[in-house]
Amino acid sequence: MNAPYRARLNREPSAFRKAAVPIASVLAGSLTPLLPIVASAPVLPPFGLVILICWQILRPGLWPVWAGVPFGMIDDIISGQPVGSAVLLWSIILIALDLIEQRYIWRNYWQDWFIAAACLIFALAGGLAINNFLVSDTRLSVLYPQMILAIFTYPLVLRLVARLDHIRLKR
Amino acid sequence: MAPPRKRRPGFSRKAQLQIFTGYLLAFTGAFAGLLLLALSYFDPTAFSAVRSMTAEVTAPPARLFTGMRVGAQDGWREVAAYFEAGSKNAALQREAERNRIRLIEARALKQENRELRRLLGLIKQVGRPVATARLINSTASSSRRYATLDVGSRQGVQRGQPVRAQRGLIGRVLETGPNTSRVLLLSDAENVVPVRRARDGIVAFSQGRGDGRVDLKLIDIGVNPFKVGDVMVTSGNGGIYPPNVPVAIIEKLTTDGAIGKLLANPAGTDFVIVQEMYEPELADPEASGLPPANSAPAAPLSAPRKPARAGTDAAPAAASTAPSPAPAETAAPAPGEPPQ
Repeated sequence: MNAPYRARLNREPSAFRKAAVPIASVLAGSLTPLLPIVASAPVLPPFGLVILICWQILRPGLWPVWAGVPFGMIDDIISGQPVGSAVLLWSIILIALDLIEQRYIWRNYWQDWFIAAACLIFALAGGLAINNFLVSDTRLSVLYPQMILAIFTYPLVLRLVARLDHIRLKR
Repeated sequence: MAPPRKRRPGFSRKAQLQIFTGYLLAFTGAFAGLLLLALSYFDPTAFSAVRSMTAEVTAPPARLFTGMRVGAQDGWREVAAYFEAGSKNAALQREAERNRIRLIEARALKQENRELRRLLGLIKQVGRPVATARLINSTASSSRRYATLDVGSRQGVQRGQPVRAQRGLIGRVLETGPNTSRVLLLSDAENVVPVRRARDGIVAFSQGRGDGRVDLKLIDIGVNPFKVGDVMVTSGNGGIYPPNVPVAIIEKLTTDGAIGKLLANPAGTDFVIVQEMYEPELADPEASGLPPANSAPAAPLSAPRKPARAGTDAAPAAASTAPSPAPAETAAPAPGEPPQ
């Protein structure tokens, strides 16, 4: 066979890229609190979690169910939540997503969005509940803007993740 | 859409076990999260080393970004200033005239204040600035309100030092790394600051609400004396925060106090000043017969633990307003009482 055609046949995406792109994207999402935003209220959506949920919905089974533990650990160190809160909440969310994946196989876009919204609300309210349990009480109403922002971030991030998936599987 | 993968991967024992192990690890991980939370609960500083290391590593790009942000803000302000330049100039000149008179009055009052303080035998210790720095980022996605400051212990910043901007109080230092430190902002629910009304000195506590505003709680429960628009300043009671730093302006009244808007918006400030911890002291504690302070005020969890000698500074402030007969009791217990 001629050399020019050889390169185009029987190609596989790079194994490194296949594994690294999703991990890097979630970590990049977790790093958003390092942006120079000095906010006096929680406003930034939890991008790490949104990206994690998007990957899990777009490519179920991409990660094992326990992926929430390492990702959550890194997110906790950066986000300012007490360490362990994202480990717990993200693990629960990934287990729930896995169960949903088993039970409700044919879902449409809106149902996915609804599931993601429920997960995000659970994560934000859970984070607040953990803070309230550990130190002091803050009202849930403080989180409403962040929740709304996070829910409407989901479709955009899903687009982004789909684009990243193309890059990931490019041959 | 077809089912993306089979739950039961054939009869392969290995594959089945892999799924089972995945679940086992996930539940164990969730449980480990609970344990970590318990650790954070009992020892809030447990992970401070890891956090400050992360902050150190990520500080240089954050500094760069902050510089860019401030530059952009300033640039926009410059452009905006060209509009309405004439009318603004006239208004500013009028204001400058008014302020000049007020400044003279204020100078006279300051002098008078100094004289009165000298009469009372109070030494006024205004917190000396330790460092001037920028807030480089904050926990914008968490319900806790921390910010990162780009100076640390190498520049002399220590835990518990108050941080203020030109317009008012920002918070206090919670953890320090070599070149960065973590600031607990005023709007955090854990940050309680003793304040008083600037006009007449009605005492209250300010506690963060988590959304950029603070709850102002009256100590003296009764008829709510607050009015919308009142300015609250720190009272200096209990140390840490120096007195007379503006904190909040009252925005809304509640049944037992008010809700105040912070005067210094951390997002809008360019530079902040880290000050030395305020330690109110009397000129001669022995002579005035005040009790030796042996109990630090109950600090909330994860509040900065004060250095050992700081335990002696908080109580005199409380005691100066109401001297208690505590030392006499501790020095010589009542005859009938068994020794402890």
